[in-house]
Amino acid sequence: MDAHQTAAATYAKVLGTLLALTVITVLAAGLNFGSWNVVIALGIATIKASLVALFFMHLRHDKPMSAIIFVTGAAVLGVFLTICTIDSSERDEYRVRPARESISVQPAPSVPGRHP
Amino acid sequence: MSAAATLQHHFTTAEQQADASKIGMWLFLVTEILLFGGLFVGFAIMQSLHREAFLEAHHHLDRVLGFVNTVVLLTSSYTMVMAVHSARTDRRKRVIVYLLLTLICAGVFLGIKYTEYSHKFHEGLLPGRFYSHKGDTVPGQFMFFSFYFMMTGLHGLHILGGMAAIAWVLRRAVRGDFSHGYYTPVDLVGLYWHLVDLIWIYLFPLLYLIK
Repeated sequence: MDAHQTAAATYAKVLGTLLALTVITVLAAGLNFGSWNVVIALGIATIKASLVALFFMHLRHDKPMSAIIFVTGAAVLGVFLTICTIDSSERDEYRVRPARESISVQPAPSVPGRHP
Repeated sequence: MSAAATLQHHFTTAEQQADASKIGMWLFLVTEILLFGGLFVGFAIMQSLHREAFLEAHHHLDRVLGFVNTVVLLTSSYTMVMAVHSARTDRRKRVIVYLLLTLICAGVFLGIKYTEYSHKFHEGLLPGRFYSHKGDTVPGQFMFFSFYFMMTGLHGLHILGGMAAIAWVLRRAVRGDFSHGYYTPVDLVGLYWHLVDLIWIYLFPLLYLIK
């Protein structure tokens, strides 16, 4: 019975932490850290997601198979995201254009040798 | 229902049966992560290419409503895990109360989402060619709303699906199907509900708080 009460108390503490982290996210977004803003926001989101997965989804006490499946999926998404971001930032035809032009869909500039 | 009555013939023990169900659920959750993952990757690329348009467009979202919805959804995750915990400890009444609280939170979330959506419909802040908002200084904001409606819309559908699943589990809890020996449906619906919460944890800062 004690163990069960401990579990219930833990869930309440996790909820409190999640709510506190949400407030911190909003406050941090009001300050200007330049390009670090998005890193901070996603970092806090990842801490919150980990808390949900570890405690609410019971990964902490579960058999390892659940965590293996979950972490593998998250890792695949990480690879997907990283490679797509690198790819799009390195391509000439996706280079950031001035905002004025950004809505008009333009044909890729012809590069000598690209269209034989 | 006792644990023996719910054991299917192709499993040796109730524990093995519960483990198998759980593995299936986690595999499904991973497909959900990848489903939303595609949208997140698309958002990341388009946002990095059209920073100004995304920044300007996100000012149309109400941060307070987004924050309240985050709190509501986190709270619903807590009530859901308490329902699972109550089922595991054989407290049937509490299971019912916590499931009802979770349903109420889900309803509040969708209610707030509805007011947000109707505000945007009214202002013409719509995806793609339906965008008709007047007086923009930065062009290309329709792109942000394409992602906004696709991501929050798909998430909203998941909330609806989750509510249906919770209602089903609630009906079974009222009927007295669950005990410490068998509460897999509560457990699995809980996992699904936490995943929906987890996706919102990323959606909120990305859509409402970008810089």
